[in-house]
Amino acid sequence: MHGVIDPATADLQPKEEAHGKLLEVKDLTVEFVTRNGLVKAVKNVNLTVAKGETLGIVGESGSGKSVTSYTVMRILDRAGRIAEGSIAFSGLDIAHAPESQMRDLRGREMSMIFQNPRAALNPIRTVGRQIGDVLMHHLQADPRNVKEKVIDILNQVRIARPEERYHAYPFELSGGMCQRIVIALALACRPQLMIADEPTTGLDVTTQKAVMDLVTELTRERGMSTILITHDLGLAAAYCDTVMVMEKGVVVETAPAEQIFRNPQHPYTRKLMRATPRPGITLKDLLPESEASSSTSVPFPLPNPPPQAGEGAGDALSVGDPLPLAGEGREGAAASAADIPLLKVENLLKEYPRQGVTGSFMSGLLGKKGDPKDTIFRAVDGISFEVKKGESVGLVGESGCGKSTTSTIVMRLIDPTAGKITFAGEDIGAIPAKDFAHHPMRRRIQMVFQDPTESLNPRYTASRAIADPLLRMGGMSGGAKMRARVEELASMVGLPGDLLDRFPHQLSGGQKARVGIARAIALNPDLVILDEPTAALDVSVQAVVLNLLEELKHKIGMSYLFVSHDLHVVKLLCDRVIVMRQGRVVEEGTSEQVLEAPKDAYTRELLSAIPHPPV
Amino acid sequence: MLKLIASRLATAVPSLIGVVIVTFLLTRVLPGDTAAYFAGPAATPQAIAEIRAKLGLDKSMPEQFVDYVSALAKGDLGSSLSTGQPVITEIATRLPASAELTLAGLILALVIAIPFGIAAAVKQGSWVDHSCRIITTAGVSLPVFFTGLLLVYVFYFKLGWAPAPLGRLDAFATAPPDITGFYLIDSLLAGDLETFRASLAQLVIPALTLAIFALAPIARMTRASMLSVLSSEFVRTARAAGLTPYKVIIVYAFRNAMLPVITTLGMVFSFLLGANVLVEKVFAWPGIGSYAVEALITSDFAPVQGFVLAMAILYVLLNLLIDIAYGIIDPRARAEA
Amino acid sequence: MTLATTDAPRRPGAFMATLKHARYVISDNPVTGLAFGMFLVLVICAVLGPFIVPHDPYASNTPMALKPPSATYWFGTDQLGRDIFSRVVVAARLDLGIAIFSVALVFAAGGIAGIASGFFGGWTDRIIGRISDTIMAFPLFVLAMGIVAALGNTVTNIVIATAIINFPLYVRVARAEAAIRRQAGFVQAARLTGNSEWRILLTQILPNIMPIMMVQMSLTMGYAILNAAGLSFIGLGVRPPTAEWGIMVAEGGTYIISGEWWIALFPGLALMFAVFCFNLLGDGLRDIVDPQRRT
Repeated sequence: MHGVIDPATADLQPKEEAHGKLLEVKDLTVEFVTRNGLVKAVKNVNLTVAKGETLGIVGESGSGKSVTSYTVMRILDRAGRIAEGSIAFSGLDIAHAPESQMRDLRGREMSMIFQNPRAALNPIRTVGRQIGDVLMHHLQADPRNVKEKVIDILNQVRIARPEERYHAYPFELSGGMCQRIVIALALACRPQLMIADEPTTGLDVTTQKAVMDLVTELTRERGMSTILITHDLGLAAAYCDTVMVMEKGVVVETAPAEQIFRNPQHPYTRKLMRATPRPGITLKDLLPESEASSSTSVPFPLPNPPPQAGEGAGDALSVGDPLPLAGEGREGAAASAADIPLLKVENLLKEYPRQGVTGSFMSGLLGKKGDPKDTIFRAVDGISFEVKKGESVGLVGESGCGKSTTSTIVMRLIDPTAGKITFAGEDIGAIPAKDFAHHPMRRRIQMVFQDPTESLNPRYTASRAIADPLLRMGGMSGGAKMRARVEELASMVGLPGDLLDRFPHQLSGGQKARVGIARAIALNPDLVILDEPTAALDVSVQAVVLNLLEELKHKIGMSYLFVSHDLHVVKLLCDRVIVMRQGRVVEEGTSEQVLEAPKDAYTRELLSAIPHPPV
Repeated sequence: MLKLIASRLATAVPSLIGVVIVTFLLTRVLPGDTAAYFAGPAATPQAIAEIRAKLGLDKSMPEQFVDYVSALAKGDLGSSLSTGQPVITEIATRLPASAELTLAGLILALVIAIPFGIAAAVKQGSWVDHSCRIITTAGVSLPVFFTGLLLVYVFYFKLGWAPAPLGRLDAFATAPPDITGFYLIDSLLAGDLETFRASLAQLVIPALTLAIFALAPIARMTRASMLSVLSSEFVRTARAAGLTPYKVIIVYAFRNAMLPVITTLGMVFSFLLGANVLVEKVFAWPGIGSYAVEALITSDFAPVQGFVLAMAILYVLLNLLIDIAYGIIDPRARAEA
Repeated sequence: MTLATTDAPRRPGAFMATLKHARYVISDNPVTGLAFGMFLVLVICAVLGPFIVPHDPYASNTPMALKPPSATYWFGTDQLGRDIFSRVVVAARLDLGIAIFSVALVFAAGGIAGIASGFFGGWTDRIIGRISDTIMAFPLFVLAMGIVAALGNTVTNIVIATAIINFPLYVRVARAEAAIRRQAGFVQAARLTGNSEWRILLTQILPNIMPIMMVQMSLTMGYAILNAAGLSFIGLGVRPPTAEWGIMVAEGGTYIISGEWWIALFPGLALMFAVFCFNLLGDGLRDIVDPQRRT
């Protein structure tokens, strides 16, 4: 629906050109004063935005894409300043305009929407008054008709029951609704240019689509120009006319959207393009051409030949694991591996007391009792599934669907309210979470966490973090043998040996992710739960990490339970997919089935909501 | 709103119960034999036993606690050994003096600290900011009794601007008719400007002493929370929408920044009520603090315990007010109630 | 120790890095360097005080009473003719001693209670929370007065009372720090690797909380000194003729209205010096341990 280039707009282009450009940035360099001296966040950037055009600025973290847009609005913080270059907006010299003139311009001629909609609104002022403030400031309304005008705008951004919502505080509205309010604020005075800075990051895909469609519709309707800043090439592809790719403060490529995806010129664009998950590709396709052709992204100087999947991964552990590796479940598994589920979850249920009702001392004292429906919230509502040996299963859904709760229960970190979890023939759901740390099954279920930074103890070196499971459950107590095993694990995950002595804050995001993976596979577990393992990473790093995970799976013969919100990413790694919504399973099947012929309406909605570059 | 007040009242109840239990325990752990102490050094064992029975000290702890609570309910805090007066009446007559001083100190502190903190945050890195930091760090490092003495030396001995630090009024003036117990207000109500001026002159230096003490945490918190609010995304949104700096700072930033400041006020009150005792001693201020200090010196325990209890109850009530004020400003707190 | 084995060869490196970072912070922020210098002066006074002072701090010399500062008596003499400089220096030991002992006491009690409260939650949290709420329901200095009055007028009880009124502060900080880490990824990861809850508390949570607790200790040292001095100012705890800053200010207070400013001024300045030093030190330590500033 949201075509890459609308022929209608394409036709309009030359005519608009004739009117002149709305925004023209020439040779812009922005400096920041930091403790380490002057840092150039943006170097010699040139860009133009024609009237009615949507420009996408795409880049990974630290590319300078946000700084560029803040500079256009002249809302850089104190430490930043324009070192060189010019910004012309409707013929006005922004770089040298007095602040009073800028103030007049902001909100009326150019406006901005930000990443985190809830944080972008004043928490203790009703949303109606916040929109009213902007209208009145720019003389678009006076105290008599302001409410009427605000409600009119709320209607335009499709807020249901606007009279009521006029009096709502931001905390009373959902994230998607807050973003509509922010859009309403930005569009209130019908500006000529709107800058949207990662407007949908943190929102669910279906909400993202609704918000982006609304923005497109409203800006088209008004003939406004838009700058969309995003890290997501797919999003830029779906909604922009022109795309500008930035890397480390420099523009590497600018081209019409269609062209940049069909025929990217710059190697960085190509790399980014390839790393973006999209339908109909395999994991290898994510890697840059040079690396994809060779079979691995990193050298694997393995001392042992990698064991076959399903055979039990005993060999890799020979370097100093005194324990017999597998429990009963592993023996003779090779023959019947395909039939026996490694993990079987039946009718899993998890209830929580609703927020705000939790154990209030006085209400307990006064014997207040509410209806259990009001006080109890079912995060997981009777779900069942299986994971077979050597299989990868994806657990997909939007935030709050219960996927993380499910994985944490399977991980045996929290106890279910009801239901059965059978792992390798044993009912592990019956073992209380607090005792599971000492259970022999513990070492056979491991996890890779969502945020690589947060999952590493800041006071442990990489090698200490990887060694932790070996010390606790691997029967090792240090020494050369353990060091050897740690080094072996590091090389398996492609972590250079000289980084092993570093602390987490000295490692990059991708390196931290590798440490987390090495720790999870240290004891050759049977099942590894991947909890959005790449959500905090840039796409290019995500591509490498996903490939690494796939490779390790075959080497060690593990099963994965991959928890994610992104169906396309899940598909790359998983054999089967389970789609969850509101604590229940709505659809289950092989990846191909679910992605290519979804049965459930919700799955279809999810799939269509994920923006992706043209295939 | 009523719901908010009710829920806040409910949270104050456990605090009050805790306060009563602690003060009860404090009366029971007095060093040595309490009965022998009350009977005096020359008492016979028989007399001591009699006093023990009279004080109820021969009963079990729970019984004693019930006695204690029922006495409290009747407003009986015991009597002072040295004056023979019931503690409750002494505290009641002296409380307005302490309250007037504390409130004057607090208001002075707020009036100075909040604009100062805002200015320091808005002009971060300027001379206002630097002097704010110096003053707040110095303020928390100055012992309040020492500040008081310094001010007395400068304004009384050196400059002669302030009267002698000897209470609420100098010896020749007469107290205004007792209406609120606050001399400033009562003298104005009585239309007695001379007494108003005299009591104001007496009040300024001790109130300033308290204000210097209370100023530091308030200014520090105002600056910090202003800074964090000013760098928040909704302020950036407001700026991006072109609102004037005045509107952004006052309507958007300041009201949000006040929330942590209001929370800090609880701690400030805790400090102020404690510092009040020291300031009353320095300025011979006839409040409940100096009453307690005099009693302490003569090992007269009933007034000290009465004082501790009164202060604690006062403090719990002040915190209640703070909570309610917070709820009025912050819609989220209202929603939680 | 199994812990030491992997870390042992790298300890010096980490230590050197910390040292380098500390030096960087000091050079970046000379105020912190100044605070360290002030701290050193206090420690020297406390340790060597009685041996380095020019006069006997307790010898009265009535003919020389109430003399203003001079070459012989740098800070002047008090009403009994004692050398104020000597008394101020010697008093450092007692004032710092009270503060250090009370802070150590509350660090152990409040720190452990707070970490347990934040980490285990549930009943542990409720009981500890109730105790510290009850303490917080009193104006703290007033509670300290009540405790010393009830327990008896001794220096030990001043230490105890100061520790008790600081208890909720330590509980709050330790609890918050433990609670945010209770579900942190690295703690969850430690659970997965078979660490018991207690082991996680000791090896994962505690080392990460220690730096913040050290900052807290430094900041409360100043408060403890002020509190103890305030108590002795109103006649609790320390008694004359003991050299102690609070009581010396109290003694000098009676002479201030007749213009003998030096008796109260110098012990008061000493108090200020000590409290200022610990406050600056606390701020400086915060910069050192703050991982945000560490690159």
